Amino acid sequence: MGIVTPGFRGRPRPSGPELPPGQYLTEDFPVLSAGPTPRVPMDRWEFVITTETSREHRWSWTDLMALPSDTPTVDIHCVTKWSKLGTTWQGVSLDTLMSDVDTAADYALVHSYGGYTTNLPLSDLLDGRAWVAYRFDGDDLHPEHGGPARLLVPHLYFWKSAKWVRGIQLRFDDEPGFWESAGYHDYGDPWREQRYQGD
Amino acid sequence: MPEQLDLGPHLDGNALAGPLREIFAVDVTAATSRCAACGQAGALAGLHVYASAPGMVARCPSCEEVVLRMVRTPDAAWLDLRGAVALRIPM
Amino acid sequence: MARAAVPGRLSWRVGRLAEARQETPTARTLVLDVPGWPGHLPGQHVDVRLTAEDGYSAQRSYSLAAPAEGGRVELTVQSVPEGEVSAYLTGVYSTGDPVELRGPVGGWFVWRPAGTQPVLLVAGGSGIVPLMAMIRSRRAAGSRVPFRLIYSVRTPGDVYYADELRRRARDDAGLDVTFVYTRAVPEGWPHPPRRIGVTVVNTNGWPPALTPDCYVCGPTGFVETVADILVALGHDPRRVRTERFGPTGG
Repeated sequence: MGIVTPGFRGRPRPSGPELPPGQYLTEDFPVLSAGPTPRVPMDRWEFVITTETSREHRWSWTDLMALPSDTPTVDIHCVTKWSKLGTTWQGVSLDTLMSDVDTAADYALVHSYGGYTTNLPLSDLLDGRAWVAYRFDGDDLHPEHGGPARLLVPHLYFWKSAKWVRGIQLRFDDEPGFWESAGYHDYGDPWREQRYQGD
Repeated sequence: MPEQLDLGPHLDGNALAGPLREIFAVDVTAATSRCAACGQAGALAGLHVYASAPGMVARCPSCEEVVLRMVRTPDAAWLDLRGAVALRIPM
Repeated sequence: MARAAVPGRLSWRVGRLAEARQETPTARTLVLDVPGWPGHLPGQHVDVRLTAEDGYSAQRSYSLAAPAEGGRVELTVQSVPEGEVSAYLTGVYSTGDPVELRGPVGGWFVWRPAGTQPVLLVAGGSGIVPLMAMIRSRRAAGSRVPFRLIYSVRTPGDVYYADELRRRARDDAGLDVTFVYTRAVPEGWPHPPRRIGVTVVNTNGWPPALTPDCYVCGPTGFVETVADILVALGHDPRRVRTERFGPTGG
């Protein structure tokens, strides 16, 4: 820790028992970006699940909209230490998208428009814990927050909830994604404060 | 890729100067790098730097591919230069 | 764990506020005493780190506003809405208080007093700070390289270093200063408010044939616009150096 600057408190950082360790509460929705915001024409948007045998399952935007959706209300936790409670989304559960996918893979590597990737165990995408979300707080998901559609995996740090999601590659091995290959944790459980490799 | 890009707010490579001087004994932002994706050469100071993120991401101003990434953890600095063919560092 | 400083690498130093000057209602110049300061070039910046009692820390970059005088360095900080660091530095930070600094850093957006090319400086708002360091260094070094400054501000009340710029434009031979007002103009000003454009840059800059060194500093959109204009006018992109003051300010 550096030397203390007298009178400096920083932005208000309310904490609470409902927050994971090291997190503070925010009311706004900070925009994090590691690059330009991709704009994907809806008529060309697609979401593709690729199995370990290279079998592809594709959905166009129209296909996605035709699937039954959920409206989860969840807490989100960013590794840059803000948490936002009670956010409401609409999206298609990965259970729905995976229902016809035949796989023995253990891991998923998520790909986004713009080139971003993130990795996680496939089991964390199932059992009602992950969605391809396209509405936030009653509105279409804004591009700066990952619209037209982003992955939503709220039980892991929010960098796993890839913005501008375009597909998921199912794998036998846990290939590190964009941040995971540069020092961030492969799993990223906020309640165990798994921010960095080795945590 | 079919998508258009909205470049959004980014900084110049100058913003890398402080974090990199924690690692290197010389200023690397004045070094010339060549983008591994498109071949464009220029000073690291001219890269587009996205800093509102879990780490710093520096992209080629010509093709927007990642040239350099840096993450500072409490006890280590992670530096990924795979997007740069080579650095020419003035000595 | 404490680590020994590695020669050549930068570590954090402690500076203390020696004096402060209000430049505008929202901008404050801080004069810091930094023992062991190694000197710097105009255009370089420092990282400033503040740490709260509970260990929370926040870090921002600020341009150095003037040549060093021994261990004295100057920063000018613009207060930005909801900026936790700038609010502290412009409002709370008091004489004698410590802050941590890492610098000087940056070897690209710098002007070297031994330079011989004409220089064009284009500032948008608080982007004047590193360019003012160049103007002050030019005078301090006795350089006769011709300088032109184009300084875009919203209103006359937003001009940093107003008296000094007026005085230098009169007394520093070879320094021309042009103001562009985007929201409100001084009384009797020949133009209505306007944004910087090709005409202003073309009229008040240097012809590309003179191969001037161009330094552009300000908000991202401003820098983008001016850099595009300069290149369109025929300036070599390698001679157009930019410094964007981005959204991570605060």
